[in-house]
Amino acid sequence: MSETVLELDGVTKVYGEQPAVAALRGVSFSVRRGELVAIVGPSGSGKSTLLHVMGTLDRPSSGVVRVGGVDVAGLSDREVSLLRAREIGFVFQQFFLAEHATARENVADGLLYAGVPAAERYRRADEALERVGLSGRATFRPTKLSGGERQRVAIARALVGRPAIVLADEPTGNLDSATGASIVQLIRELGAGGATIIMITHDGGLAEQLPRQIRVLDGRVVSDLGAPA
Amino acid sequence: MRLSPRDGLRVASIGLRTRPLRAALSALGIAIGTAAIVAILGLSASSQAGLLAEIDRLGTNLLTAEAGQRLTGGEAKLPLEAPARITHLDDVDQVAHTGLMKDEHVYRSSMIPAANSGGLQVQAASLNLPSVLGTGLARGDWLNEGTAREPVAVLGSDAAAQLGIDRIYADQRVWLGGQWFNVAGILEPSLLASDIDASALVGYGAAQKYLGYVSLARGGVEAGPPSTIYVRTATGHEAAVQSLLAPTANPEAPNEVNVSQPSDVLTARAAAAGAFDTLFLGLGVVALIVGAVGVANIMIISVLERRSEIGLRRALGATKGQIRTQFLTESILLALIGGVVGVLAGIAATAVYAGSKNWAIVIPTEAWAGGIASAILIGAFAGLLPAVRASRMPPTVALRTV
Repeated sequence: MSETVLELDGVTKVYGEQPAVAALRGVSFSVRRGELVAIVGPSGSGKSTLLHVMGTLDRPSSGVVRVGGVDVAGLSDREVSLLRAREIGFVFQQFFLAEHATARENVADGLLYAGVPAAERYRRADEALERVGLSGRATFRPTKLSGGERQRVAIARALVGRPAIVLADEPTGNLDSATGASIVQLIRELGAGGATIIMITHDGGLAEQLPRQIRVLDGRVVSDLGAPA
Repeated sequence: MRLSPRDGLRVASIGLRTRPLRAALSALGIAIGTAAIVAILGLSASSQAGLLAEIDRLGTNLLTAEAGQRLTGGEAKLPLEAPARITHLDDVDQVAHTGLMKDEHVYRSSMIPAANSGGLQVQAASLNLPSVLGTGLARGDWLNEGTAREPVAVLGSDAAAQLGIDRIYADQRVWLGGQWFNVAGILEPSLLASDIDASALVGYGAAQKYLGYVSLARGGVEAGPPSTIYVRTATGHEAAVQSLLAPTANPEAPNEVNVSQPSDVLTARAAAAGAFDTLFLGLGVVALIVGAVGVANIMIISVLERRSEIGLRRALGATKGQIRTQFLTESILLALIGGVVGVLAGIAATAVYAGSKNWAIVIPTEAWAGGIASAILIGAFAGLLPAVRASRMPPTVALRTV
C-alpha cells in the first residue's frame, strides 16, 4: 500500500465568537500518494474552509492535519510556508496568473519560494508546461491565452515543484463546459502519471469522473466513495 | 528560505513595472524635493567656488591703505608723498592710488538738479590703477599721460549703468564739476575695489586743473592728496608689508591710516554667500514630505489592489517576512527612483546655471549622497505600514474573491 500524504483527524473550524459559526464539524479522512479525489458539496457546505485547512492556509480550531506525515499545528509561519512551497500546489478558479509575465515565468514562479535556483526553475517550468500540453505557448502572456490555456498554465505552476498534493479549487468554475471537461481530462491524465490531486467542486457530474468522491454537507463528510481499501 | 537578491528585486519591482505611470507620478514629489535641495546646495557651492576662483585670479596680494579718522574726530588725510614712500618698501611691487573729491559730482547732463548725484563719486586716479586692481576695460580706453591732464573721465561699471552710458563715441560726455568731461572708457566691475565701480575717474592733472584738487607741498601746489593707496606686494610677504604700511604712509599718525586686505574680506563674504537659501531649502523639504505621503498612499492602495497576488504568493510558499520585504523594497525602490532622478535634475540645473556664469560645477557630496540617502529613508518610512499590513493579511482573506 502506498504512503499517506494527507491526513485529517477530527478537524473542526469555528469562525467568529458571537454567534460562533462552525464551518467544519469533525472531518476525518486521509489521502494516499497518487490518488485523485473530488470533494463535492453545495456552496456553504464548508468545502472552501476544508481546502484552506488542507492547504495549511488556515489552521483548524481543533483536530489534526498532517501533510506528508508532519503535524501542521506545531509549525511556525516560516516552516508552514516552506511546507506549502515544497509539498502543496494550488489551482484556483480565477487562475491568479501574473499578466505582465510569460506563461513560462508564471510556471517558474511556482518554485520561487522553494529555494530553487533560477535556471533550474525555468528548466522545470518547461517540463511542467510540456506535461499540460502547452510547450508551444511558453513565451505567451496570459492575456494572449484562452481560459482553458490559462488554467493549464496554473496547473503547470501547481505541478512544477512535484508537490505531495495538488489542491484544485473549482478549477473549471470559470470555464465553459467543453473546456472544463478537457481540464478534468488533464487532471485524470496527470493522476495516471502519478500526481496526487484533490479537486473541490460543487458539480457532482464532474466529481463522478474522478475515482474517489468525498461528499461534504454542513461541515461534515456524508459519504466517501471509492476510497482505496 | 530567502530569495536571491535578483529574485527579490524582480518581485519587488513588479508593481513599478506593471504600473509605470503611477510609479513615475508618485516618485515625482520626491524627485522635485531632492532636485530642489541638490540644486540649492550645488548652486551655492558653485557660486562660492566661482567667487573664490575669481579672487584667486585677481591675487590675494593686494593691500589697501585708506585715510581713516583723526583721534580728535573728523576725517584724516594721507600725506601727499605717501605713495612714493610706500614704493620704497621692500617686497612692494606696484602702488596705485586714488583721490576722492567729496565735493564733486557727476551727472548725465547740465540739466540734472545738483541733488540728484545718485551717490556717484568723483575720484582722481593714478594711471596704473586698472593694472594694479586687475580690472579690465569694458568699453573704450583708460586714461593716458595726455588725457589725464584733459577733461576726460573713465566710468566705473555701476556709474556708467546709472548714467545710462553703455557705449563710447567721440562726443560722449558727462557733466562733472560744472563742466563737460569726455568719456574715454568704461571699466569692468572691480571685485577687489568695489568703490571704483560707482566712481567717475579722472587724471590727477585734470583734477588739479579743472577741479581744484590740490595740496600745498614744498612751497608749491600739487594734485592730491590720495585718499586710498592700492599696494601689490610680492606673494608671501603680505603680512610683513601690511604691518609697515600705516607707519610708512603716515609716520606722524599711523593710527589715522586704515590698512586692509580686500581679498580677505571677499573670502569671508564668499563663505557667507555659501550659506544657502533657507527658504528654498525649506520648500525642498516640504516637497519631500509631500512626496513621502504620496508614496505611502500609493503603497496602501497597491496592497489593497494586489490582495490576490499576496494570497497567491502565500499559497506558493512566501512567508510573512517575504511579503513584508517585497512591499517595503518596492516602496524604497519607488522613492529611490525619485531620489536619483531628483539628484540628476539638481545636478543638471546646477551645471546649466554654473556653466552660464563660468563657475566650476561643484556638487557637495552631502547634497547628492544626502538626497539619495533621504530618499531611501523616506521610502522605508512610507512603506513600513503598508508592508506590515500586507504581511499580516491572512492568506484566506487575501484569496477571497469579492
